[in-house]
Amino acid sequence: MKKTLNCSAEHALYLKKVRRGKIIVQAARFGLLLAVLGIWELIAGLRIVDPFIISSPSRIAIMIADLARDGSLFYHIGTTLWETLVGFAIAVSLGTFIALALWWSETARKVLEPYIVVLNSLPKIALGPVIIVWFGTGSSAIVFMTVLVGIIVAIMNMLGGFLATDKNKILLLRSMGATKRQILFKLVIPSALPQFIGMLKICVGMAWIGSIMGEYIVSKAGLGYLIVYGGQVFKLDLVMAATAILCVLAAGMYALVALAEKILVKNDRS
Amino acid sequence: MNERNTARPILSFEGVSLTYHTNTGETLAAKDMSFCVYEGEFIAVIGPSGCGKTTVLSLAAGLLKPSAGKIRVRGEKKGAEVFGYMLQRDELFPWRTVEANIFLPLEIQKKNTPENRNRALSLAEKYGLGGFLKHYPDQLSGGMRQRAALIRTLAIQPEILLLDEPFSALDYQTRLSVCDDVYNIIRSEKKTALLVTHDISEAISVADRVLVLSARPACVVASHELEFGSTEPLKRRESPRFSSWFEILWKELNI
Repeated sequence: MKKTLNCSAEHALYLKKVRRGKIIVQAARFGLLLAVLGIWELIAGLRIVDPFIISSPSRIAIMIADLARDGSLFYHIGTTLWETLVGFAIAVSLGTFIALALWWSETARKVLEPYIVVLNSLPKIALGPVIIVWFGTGSSAIVFMTVLVGIIVAIMNMLGGFLATDKNKILLLRSMGATKRQILFKLVIPSALPQFIGMLKICVGMAWIGSIMGEYIVSKAGLGYLIVYGGQVFKLDLVMAATAILCVLAAGMYALVALAEKILVKNDRS
Repeated sequence: MNERNTARPILSFEGVSLTYHTNTGETLAAKDMSFCVYEGEFIAVIGPSGCGKTTVLSLAAGLLKPSAGKIRVRGEKKGAEVFGYMLQRDELFPWRTVEANIFLPLEIQKKNTPENRNRALSLAEKYGLGGFLKHYPDQLSGGMRQRAALIRTLAIQPEILLLDEPFSALDYQTRLSVCDDVYNIIRSEKKTALLVTHDISEAISVADRVLVLSARPACVVASHELEFGSTEPLKRRESPRFSSWFEILWKELNI
């Protein structure tokens, strides 16, 4: 930032312009949020629409504070977060591992291809009853649902990345006498790193879909449970409060992946 | 060249044929191909486009097995250790530093000893990459990258270099100077080299001998000793014999 000291006036002006542009975007983002919340509050406060139907930012804040006071807020957040993270971790690691196996064996890839395609298009929620019967009504059912939603995407993304490895670089390694194992570890895995980060980003979203969907079908706790329960008893404040918390958590998890990307890509320059 | 040992071919193709099989049929890519490469020779292989010049290198390196005929390699080393393959693009791994790229073949062939690493580093030092070892490939110019690729190829001390149009991805200016560069490095390291190219003038400017391939199925139709001695590529291009060779080879390619 301090490098502006020894540059031409024209360049300084250019930098100033760039900085101003950034500030405008930030201000507009924040302003948009405030405007939406303000208009919402106003519509509810002036009773243009019944706040019983649309809730309002202040009522949501009070609801969150209430939930926080009796401690149930953290219990529900913890439950959903745990299910999501465990499901995410299993989907990503198992998915990557299966993708590696499919890269390794062309025959396995050909045999399994139609199954993967079908599983990918199948709406996972259709398996809800089966999951309840197999896993009961505990957290394991929800984790399984989360894995189910994420793993196919993880497999397809990573397999695509592995198969897109530069053919000439493989030829180069083969000319050096490399074994398949060496090609995998020296070339295929490192060159698929950007694909891996991209897959993580997609799977964050998938994991939240999986865990909340799982909680819709079967649950005794969690943010998805609060949303369903709030809907059933017509407490829109509760529905909105849980949704708002969900937004923050999902954004936070995405930000963590983006941070991981920055660190990994900086070290590896791929 | 006088020091060349003509009695002992280091690589020989004896009646080599190769058939490619695909779902739509089979293609005869090479037919009854015979030639020898002698130690210390720089050979250029030219041919009409699509005649399977690259196939010659893949066969030599053992990446493809001939359908008929024999390929003999003479030397103390075996298999992949004999050959250093250099491709059209440098194919440096972007996530590795120049140094780590140069060590790659040592890792692959499990020869990553301090002694071998030092030898590779001194080669890099000698040919002007010393200051760039900790850089990443994307920080280097096209010419420098190709030079790094050559040092990587030389790291395992191959006996024969296989060059697959190694300059074709570079712009014309860089190409001439990198060509000079590579020529000088190969000469001073006293390596045997087999270069395939579609560029007649490039072939004349570097080679001791030029092999002309026919259209598919490829076979060797002519072999010319250029007798430029150790004249450097750029100097050769100024020689009057350059254009006469060009004319001869150009005609042979267009028969």
